[in-house]
Amino acid sequence: MQDDVTRLVVVGNGMAGIACLEQILKHARPFSVHVFGDEPHVNYNRILLSSVLAGEKSDSAIVLNDAGWYERHGVILRRGVRIDSIDLDARTVSGSDGSATGWDKLVLATGSSAFLPPIEGLNKDGVFAFRNLDDTRALLERSRPGLPAVVIGGGLLGLEAARGLQVQGCQVTVVHLMDTLMERQLDSAGGRYLTDKMERMGIRVLLGRQTRAVLGNGHAEGLRFADGETVEAGLVVVAAGIRPNAELARRAGLKVNRGVVVNDYMETSHPDVFAVGECVEHNGVYYGLVAPLLEQGKVLAATISGNRGPRFEAVAPAATLKIMGVDVFSAGETGAEPGEADVIRYEDPSLGIYKKLVLRDSRLAGVILVGDTSDSGRYAGWLRQQTDLSAQRRQLLFPPPSQDQGFDVASIADSETVCGCMGVSKGSIIQAIHEKGVNTLAQLKETTRASTSCGSCTTMCRQILQAVAPEFEDQVRRTICKCLPFTEDRLREMLRGQQIKSVQEVLDIYGNGAGCEVCKPALSYMMDMLWCGGHDEDRSARFINDRVHANIQRDGTFSVVPRMRGGVTSPGELRRIADAADKYNVRMVKVTGSQRIDLLGVRKEDLPRIWADIGMPSGQAYTKGTRMVKTCVGTDFCRFGTQNSIQAGIELERRLENLFTPHKVKMGVVGCPRNCAEATVKDIGLVGQEGSWQVVVGGAAGKSVRKADLLVTVETTEAALEAAEIFFQYYRENANYLERTYDFVERLGIEKIRKETVYAAEPARRQLLSRLHKAKQYARDAWLEGTQPVDPTQFIQIQPLETAYR
Amino acid sequence: MTSHQWIRITDAANIPARQGRAVTVSGRELAIFNLGDRFVAIENSCPHRGGPLCDGIVTGTSVVCPLHGWKVDLDSGAVERPTLADCVATVPARVEDGIILLDVSALAAQQRVTAA
Repeated sequence: MQDDVTRLVVVGNGMAGIACLEQILKHARPFSVHVFGDEPHVNYNRILLSSVLAGEKSDSAIVLNDAGWYERHGVILRRGVRIDSIDLDARTVSGSDGSATGWDKLVLATGSSAFLPPIEGLNKDGVFAFRNLDDTRALLERSRPGLPAVVIGGGLLGLEAARGLQVQGCQVTVVHLMDTLMERQLDSAGGRYLTDKMERMGIRVLLGRQTRAVLGNGHAEGLRFADGETVEAGLVVVAAGIRPNAELARRAGLKVNRGVVVNDYMETSHPDVFAVGECVEHNGVYYGLVAPLLEQGKVLAATISGNRGPRFEAVAPAATLKIMGVDVFSAGETGAEPGEADVIRYEDPSLGIYKKLVLRDSRLAGVILVGDTSDSGRYAGWLRQQTDLSAQRRQLLFPPPSQDQGFDVASIADSETVCGCMGVSKGSIIQAIHEKGVNTLAQLKETTRASTSCGSCTTMCRQILQAVAPEFEDQVRRTICKCLPFTEDRLREMLRGQQIKSVQEVLDIYGNGAGCEVCKPALSYMMDMLWCGGHDEDRSARFINDRVHANIQRDGTFSVVPRMRGGVTSPGELRRIADAADKYNVRMVKVTGSQRIDLLGVRKEDLPRIWADIGMPSGQAYTKGTRMVKTCVGTDFCRFGTQNSIQAGIELERRLENLFTPHKVKMGVVGCPRNCAEATVKDIGLVGQEGSWQVVVGGAAGKSVRKADLLVTVETTEAALEAAEIFFQYYRENANYLERTYDFVERLGIEKIRKETVYAAEPARRQLLSRLHKAKQYARDAWLEGTQPVDPTQFIQIQPLETAYR
Repeated sequence: MTSHQWIRITDAANIPARQGRAVTVSGRELAIFNLGDRFVAIENSCPHRGGPLCDGIVTGTSVVCPLHGWKVDLDSGAVERPTLADCVATVPARVEDGIILLDVSALAAQQRVTAA
């Protein structure tokens, strides 16, 4: 070994140790590095274990440094090797594999373990901690629908574990020693709001319970509390806090209290031994949240590489609960009551929103946000910079809309950290935008890792992109209505991630419990689109048209439009329609603009019979779904036709019929550019020309008139149909409810849509198609309910059992 | 003094949760709603253009008319949106042995008032 190379050994392969090592490697000083990790994995994001448990992320999605990273940086990783002892005189560490490794500088990053409270029977089968990937895998393996599971500990980790187990189907109870959930971060009112949210989700919360014993013969079967009460539990997770792993340092003779004692430079009692992360105790405090640990890493990197100077300073802890839809943010001093400090509170019990600001000398000292954390970035900034808020006292909770959109961004320094979890500064985000051409939040996440962990800086990242990136266009951020304080994008993500399958459940958990005529149909659509029939179809959340599959008219009667694919019918169909019109006294028979026939003025109770008599499927003319494909006569008869538009139109209608969409979808197929069926002003149009088809999307000829954009030109009919299918599914998945294709195409831009549909990589196109086909497989003709009603009175008028006698 | 006149209408299972159904009693069309924990009944005609309230979406303890979105409180019959003084008649409802009963005496009284 060369003399000028320093041998560095890092004990611990977790987030703090490796983040610190990343910083060290940025300094010029040459090191040869060994990293020992007792887990068999590369460095992963421990914060996201709850997302793995909740099924939102895979194991591999939380890897922070893959094997290639270690290789590229010449770091020798010894996975699955535990360091058993340190010899400070010989400067070696001994591993569980019998190896001895020499060092010039030693970094201890041994992390922490679950604190195990004195409870009898913790060694029983079915009792787990929730600290690492193996724990998570074991929990995933054990959890199953209906299994009673108990989480001991109502802190951040315990609650996240509880939600994860619930998503896996378990019946979950959280048992907490204190009277307030997350009592280190919340006050009692905030705790009540959180308890309410958890219980609305269906997680039972037991407060003020001291667990004495795990019951069961070998396997966990239940818990007993100090007062003798018991609960059933087939699975027990202990998340009652953490304990620094300081035993190794203690045995080596380093100064240790509860954690490995370090000074402001992260130096231990030995000049060449350093420590970082959850194993550390600094000024009597040990940290379990990620931001200060990454800060420690930076300080240590400076110290160890000969740039001793930066000091680690105690920081106000900030915490974010990562349960989708249960937004909790807390920072600084939060327990203060009015009288002790200036306390500003805001509560909205029906939406479950609670905000509390603690001010001292007109400066923010602490903040609690439950139910709405969208302003957490602003508060965190005020807290960090100790901004004088005297001038803003009237706008602390609801700032007036900023005239200058870039003001917040312009007012923070380049060096300031935007993403506390990943340690990304404003300057490095701007650098990524300029040098790497970052234009979207997804690219920013990919390039800088900002906003990939807790997500509390997402708003700030978006604002920086808006101010700096030339092509950044923020999506319209609108909530559906006042019942649910979330954007549709977020809701889709939440429903998918949390496996929520009924409208009422969404409203109970995340909204005001009641819902309204705006959000209920929107949520119903999302359920159907996401779960393709695997959901609880709740007709009470549907507009009347979708309860009885007909369009309500001004007098309360209904209109009936049978499907007439491509506008092609037959004498037999026309006869049946004519007979039915006579039989049910239909008030008007009208040819529609969609090349179909409308029977107007049908009574609700007659619907099943008229459908049966007509013997044609539903034309979905009453709903947000596939309407029709209008066609011209094409090559069969027209002397100008160049493509068989009728055949293509009928096939297109067959492939998409019975499916629901964010708003109605009208289509047209024309055999030549004369455009007789007006395909260029339809939501989806196929325009035939000699030897090819143009597929156009986003056209309109309604309240507004818009010429459709060209999506793609293809040679075969099959390719044209496929392009239409891909766009159709993309629209289903990404448009907001009641957003027509012409608004959707304008909002996203046709270039982006092309890139993500017809020009997308093969697997992405296949996936869109396969999701469409899955939905199609489930979709059925709604008029079949005429003979198989979903409830006994779906169409039938109720007759009273007795009549009034006077 | 009017005495109650409870009449048996239909099996409670005939009205799904958070939905309404129409029934004609004494020549008056009523809408009965299942609010999950109880049943309520009002006149089945929106004060705006006579829309069938039984076909509306229930939001909390109100119903939204399917025709033009007027919102009617199911307990009081008062129109909540738009803010007008209009009101639809309400009819007391209860469930006994799984059967919904309506007190139609109130209906008769209201009828008399209307007639006068």
